[in-house]
Amino acid sequence: MGEYTSEELQSIFIMQSFSGLSLFSVLLLMGLGLALIFGQMGVINMAHGEFMALGAYTVYLCSSLTEKFAPAFGPYYFVAAIALAFVICAALGALVEWLMIRHLYHRPLDTLLATWGLSLILQQSYRSIFGAREVTPTLPDWLMGSYNVKEGLDIPINGMFVLGLSIVVTITLMTFMYRSAFGLRLRATVQNRKMSDAVGINTGKVDRLAFSLGCGIAGIAGAAFTTIGSTGPDSGSRYIVDAFLVVVSGGTASLLGCVASAFGIAQAQSILEFFLEGTKGKVATLLVIVIALMIRPQGLFPSKVRGN
Amino acid sequence: MPLFFRTIFKTRGEAIAFGAFLLLLLVILPLAIPVFRLNLVGKYLSFGFVAIGLVLLWGRCGILSLGQGVFFGLGGYCMAMFLKLEASDPITTAIQSTPGIPDFMDWNQITKLPLYWEPFKSLPFTIAAIFILPSVIAFIIGWALFRRRVGGVYFAIITQAIALIFSLGIDGNQGYTGGRNGITDLRTLCGWDIRSENAQYILYFLCVVLLFTVALGAKYIINTRLGRVLVAVRDREDRVRFSGYDVAMIRAFIFAFAAMLSGIGGAFFVLQVGFMSPSIVGIIPSIEMVIFTAVGGRLSVLGAILGCLIVNFGKTTFSEAYPDLWLYLMGSTFIAVVMFFPNGLAGLLEKIPTSKSKFASLLARFQKTTPAVVTKATPISDEN
Repeated sequence: MGEYTSEELQSIFIMQSFSGLSLFSVLLLMGLGLALIFGQMGVINMAHGEFMALGAYTVYLCSSLTEKFAPAFGPYYFVAAIALAFVICAALGALVEWLMIRHLYHRPLDTLLATWGLSLILQQSYRSIFGAREVTPTLPDWLMGSYNVKEGLDIPINGMFVLGLSIVVTITLMTFMYRSAFGLRLRATVQNRKMSDAVGINTGKVDRLAFSLGCGIAGIAGAAFTTIGSTGPDSGSRYIVDAFLVVVSGGTASLLGCVASAFGIAQAQSILEFFLEGTKGKVATLLVIVIALMIRPQGLFPSKVRGN
Repeated sequence: MPLFFRTIFKTRGEAIAFGAFLLLLLVILPLAIPVFRLNLVGKYLSFGFVAIGLVLLWGRCGILSLGQGVFFGLGGYCMAMFLKLEASDPITTAIQSTPGIPDFMDWNQITKLPLYWEPFKSLPFTIAAIFILPSVIAFIIGWALFRRRVGGVYFAIITQAIALIFSLGIDGNQGYTGGRNGITDLRTLCGWDIRSENAQYILYFLCVVLLFTVALGAKYIINTRLGRVLVAVRDREDRVRFSGYDVAMIRAFIFAFAAMLSGIGGAFFVLQVGFMSPSIVGIIPSIEMVIFTAVGGRLSVLGAILGCLIVNFGKTTFSEAYPDLWLYLMGSTFIAVVMFFPNGLAGLLEKIPTSKSKFASLLARFQKTTPAVVTKATPISDEN
């Protein structure tokens, strides 16, 4: 770091922190969906990244369709596209749960393998439908450009939008989990499935809703992702390991832990990537997480519920 | 001796299947197919070592590791480093700016052989490293995690992250590891040209014989007390712990053992294919190794080897002819195997004599969909 002045170093840190915030938003949205599916239900969804890609492709489709048929709608389509991404991913999630996951709840390791098979199929279908090349939707003008704070320090607007989106989703999800009747039923099912069954909660339905909600959030993650990167068939799988680490190191059942660890991982990666060339920043971050998990496997915010 | 024999093979059918399989690989295939194809079979069989390890680790002990590619890679890279050093003697590499070091180091402006490459000039050290390095690393990882009672899905995710770290780490340090291209252009083993037809035959036979020795050893482990403790750890961990067994040690041991087998497989892979690259050690290849085992049968040693042969053969044949269809086929096969035939091909073959009743019970199990306790795996029926 010797060749930088302290002024420059400060700007670099701020800029990298902001680019880290974009990564944080995507990781957080991915992690929230996974935390719901993995932390609450114990199901490992290896196809989660493909649900994210599906959300991104939905935005891309919306963008091309708007451009072609309703150019006047251009500036506003993005908001509708996010909602549509959520709905499509949630619907596919519900279908997958019904066809596949519900038969495997008693074999959690096997859900991992079966969903990996699903991710292969989904990736290949993206490749057949959209081609192997990466695609980028046309973003509305209000998302472009950047906000100049001072000389040598620009903060991109799309990054701030994504950050705002992920904060809104997080708050909505937390309200949903801790303030709604469904959230109550979900938490009851997680704590004691048999008792929940006994008091009349339809746990099968709770599972399906939770899984499809998790997939829907992955769809939003994908929509957010289109503003900061281009989408390819394997875009989702590039984030899956990071997202799992976010969930595991946050403490699986804790949404708050998920936020904290997503922030830590994204910032560490983004700042280290600037100073260490190539993939070394990522390797260093992952290494630190894995070693931390070996020492403290329960994560940042372990759940206080006794194992069932 | 008969007692030892009976410990390995529980039924006559098993012994016959084992003999027939060995006959196929040692006699029929070498006579029937050209050496190029035989070399491919040898490459598939080098994954058989990993699969046998996974049968013990995953099928028997219930630990799913998604990082077996790391240990495969460690063994493979040890072998490749030795072969590469032999291939880059000062005379052949005279045109480099620093003769006597591997070509990729020269391309990356490295002028001196790194210290940890030095010992790989010796074959005994290399062979020892192939056995020891993967198992020691696996033992450390396993001990750290199992002692804190990390298991199941957490372990799978952490090992997957390790696979990512390992492949990215190799990829990013081009000057020291060959980077993305890997270590290529390997020619001789102690002056013996490993690319000649003759050598390919010998390496193939060596691979088969060693693989089946390992398979016998694995069957021996399965049918002794250790094997029963493994199954007990898988099905009722707490009871094993209360009975006074050190569950963490048992798990770490079997993880290290499986890693050692993977390392041997990696070394044979390098000897028969002639290169090593990060594309064979990352997340996807590690999961693929689990797939071979799942398709063949996670409980059966022979089944796992068969799975390696079948899936890899399918991959080579189909992915050449229909690259698009292959991934669909692979994905759906895998879903089908996991959902309907959790014991894989071997489980299917065992069911043939009483297929009607077994099929009915299989259906019944599948229809019984009440999501039971989420954290405990249901014991898989255990007949080998």
